[in-house]
Amino acid sequence: MPASPFRRRRFLIAFSIAWLILMVDHTLLLYWLDFPVAASIIDSGISNTTLLLTCLLVMNSIRYYVPDVAQYMNVLAMCIIFTVLWLLLNKWLLTITLGEYVEYSRFLIRSLPVRGSMGFLILGMTTMMVITWFHSQELQLNEQRKADAEKLTKEAELFKLRQQLQPHFLFNSLNSINALIGLRPQEARKMVQQLSDFLRGTLKKEETQWVNLQEELQYLQLYLDIEQVRFGNRLSTETTVGEDTTSMKLPALLLQPIVENAIKFGLYDTTGETVIRLATSKQKADLVIMVSNPFDPETSSPKQGTGFGLKSVQRRLYLLFARTDLLATEVKGNIFTTIVRIPQLHGATVAADTKKI
Amino acid sequence: MKIIVIDDEVLARSIVKEYLQKHPQLELVAECGDGFEGLKAIQQHDPDLVFLDIQMPKISGFEMLELIEKPPAVIFTTAFDEFAIKAFEAHAVDYLLKPFNQERFDKAIAKWLEQQNKPSEAKTEELLETASQSPSQSSRIVVKNGSKIKIIPVHDIFFLEAADDYVKIHTQEGYFLKNKTMNHFEQVLDRQQFVRSHRSYIVNVQQITRIDPYEKDNHVAILRTGAKVPVSRGGYGKLKSVLGL
Repeated sequence: MPASPFRRRRFLIAFSIAWLILMVDHTLLLYWLDFPVAASIIDSGISNTTLLLTCLLVMNSIRYYVPDVAQYMNVLAMCIIFTVLWLLLNKWLLTITLGEYVEYSRFLIRSLPVRGSMGFLILGMTTMMVITWFHSQELQLNEQRKADAEKLTKEAELFKLRQQLQPHFLFNSLNSINALIGLRPQEARKMVQQLSDFLRGTLKKEETQWVNLQEELQYLQLYLDIEQVRFGNRLSTETTVGEDTTSMKLPALLLQPIVENAIKFGLYDTTGETVIRLATSKQKADLVIMVSNPFDPETSSPKQGTGFGLKSVQRRLYLLFARTDLLATEVKGNIFTTIVRIPQLHGATVAADTKKI
Repeated sequence: MKIIVIDDEVLARSIVKEYLQKHPQLELVAECGDGFEGLKAIQQHDPDLVFLDIQMPKISGFEMLELIEKPPAVIFTTAFDEFAIKAFEAHAVDYLLKPFNQERFDKAIAKWLEQQNKPSEAKTEELLETASQSPSQSSRIVVKNGSKIKIIPVHDIFFLEAADDYVKIHTQEGYFLKNKTMNHFEQVLDRQQFVRSHRSYIVNVQQITRIDPYEKDNHVAILRTGAKVPVSRGGYGKLKSVLGL
């Protein structure tokens, strides 16, 4: 049930002033028609107080049942019925109080249509106003609910995207560790440590949504070290970190899927050695990260470039920044490059939105 | 007995080597890091059993097997692949999910030795048929061209033509032969792009420039290259619905 408009102080004051004006106006009108002051005040007081009570009665009943847009005929009928009831009550009360005064009695009968019309207009207007108020209240509530639901889905989706771990990577790493246990136990132990640190990283990065480039690169290095053990000489990486970019910020765990995609694309599309290059730079105020890998233009369909890895990155960037132009891919000869641009908005409005995500 | 291990990760090969030490009657004759090497080694050594990874550079384990006329017995080793596991469960000698231990490995060897007495060649083909329906494999076709291996992305195909036991795959660079049936390709290829226009033809609709009437009930599709592909009455209906005419 929506809140009553009387909860609003300003509404209450405006409502009271309007009624006061109505009362004074009514009194002055009767006085102008040569009725004594006392009679004028009594008539105005009784008429307007009963009208006020009728209005409150209608408003309160509407509060429990807000009519639809299509049901204005019902509202009209209700107003007419209440006006008639009010008029009869009013006439009865005025006859009791001022009936002895002959001239007034005649005037009362003759003025009934005017009183009825005025009462109907005032009652109708008040009712319409209150219905509009309740509708807007309901609309606001709905909007709020919708916004809340959207925020929840967004958070859930971001959470899922972040948690996504390629099972291939995990099982193959475990297989490598299994082999190392027999061959070189020390290395096996080291790799268990690296894999644990990496997995812990994917799990704990919740509260600290935005991280320094340097932190993210350290985390990425864990991943690269593990891949290095798996692929040995076939994989090498070159990282060039631009000056003044190390303290720039980016959403946590954003780089790893991009590099993972590059490694997969590079290693599975060529049989020789694969060099993955990562370069960061500052362009205008944005942090720009480029990851490139070799591929074979003859056998790869361009579709492969937007595999799952990149699609989830694209989606995440959209959810965070509401922009689709932050991720781009480029093909030059046999080099495939993924370019991601991170606006440095974390201090301002975006931070408020994304802190919890 | 001769064994070959094919896997792109050195450590993955070494674990198989280690487990093999318990089986002195099995001799490791070759170790390969990708499908090309694997193919060469299989032709050279004619092994009794191959340990084969699925995800490898350039061509997958399945694609490599497709290129061998009489594939040897295979035990697959893989980490995770829904389609592959579906194929294995139905048709493989055995498969090892990484990481696996010595006991599981010994079991696979025992199972293979047992099955050796009753060969079942047809099974490998069924397995490849199931596996080729995976999304990664239906986007390209691997063929052997003399001693070379050619990977054809499906969007490069103009049309396919039945030729006895083979299918001729027509592309920019001429045609390639693949030892498969028309029904196989009709199943595997995307039906919105490849239409069986005739009993003996499947055409890439993106290559069609126009369709002309030809003789009584028949039509002929003219491709961008000028090639003419016969269209039967039934095929014309299918083409019309795909092209939205």
